[in-house]
Amino acid sequence: MSDRGKNGGDGHDKSGKMKAGGAVPVSKPDWADGLKQFYDSVVDEPLPDDLAALLSKLDDGASE
Amino acid sequence: MSGDEKRPLPKRSAEDKRDFKKALTDVVPHLRAFARGLCGRPDMADDLVQEALLKAWAAQERFEPGTSMRAWTFVILRNAYLTDMRRNRFRGEYDEGVAERILTAPAGQEEPIHLSDLHRALLTLPAERREALLLVGAGGFSYEEAASICGCAVGTIKSRVGRARAALTSMIEDGDIPDRAIGDPSAHRAILEELDEVAAGRGETEPTR
Repeated sequence: MSDRGKNGGDGHDKSGKMKAGGAVPVSKPDWADGLKQFYDSVVDEPLPDDLAALLSKLDDGASE
Repeated sequence: MSGDEKRPLPKRSAEDKRDFKKALTDVVPHLRAFARGLCGRPDMADDLVQEALLKAWAAQERFEPGTSMRAWTFVILRNAYLTDMRRNRFRGEYDEGVAERILTAPAGQEEPIHLSDLHRALLTLPAERREALLLVGAGGFSYEEAASICGCAVGTIKSRVGRARAALTSMIEDGDIPDRAIGDPSAHRAILEELDEVAAGRGETEPTR
């Protein structure tokens, strides 16, 4: 989670040239928020049991 | 992420391993999201995440503390995906029911396009454009980070993102989104052909290129 969103969410921090006008749809089409929403919706899901179990096993293996 | 062969890998202490595991655990939700976007089916995506986690754990001495765990593990997941795709394991099948449930937009938020349509449209893109758009447009990576993950030039990533955006915009504006993204054999074949190119050329991230 720590580095989530560090680029402002849409990855345009480097170019940044479209931001001022706000009327140029090329860099941020209507569906762009949906893509981020899709990603975030999965990020926000609770971890499935099998993945949690796998992480626990990794922990055990590290003790030697 | 690269050049590890040149020097001996440091032996990691128990504390290092704990830190590594914590960082790895923190990125699992992101790995799931990236994998879901890449291969479409939640169950297969989680299989891919499991595979990537095991590989990351086995390779933990190659991880340089202080660098991005998310970027490092995305490379691993991506390579696992390419390998599995080439073995024909993932067909990019789209699970309508699960997607409908997962992709419900938060209340009160404007939804210009149904998210399941967006996801389906996304799955029709060639793999390299899909991953570029996922990394930059959804994962919030910079173009430079995405280029590093994909092992290609920044300009290449910009071009892939631009083409992916144009294709999605066109599909969405025209309402021309296939019912089943990659159930169409020709679409699937096209993706596999493209993957051949990606994997044979610059698809697998290699420090030497």
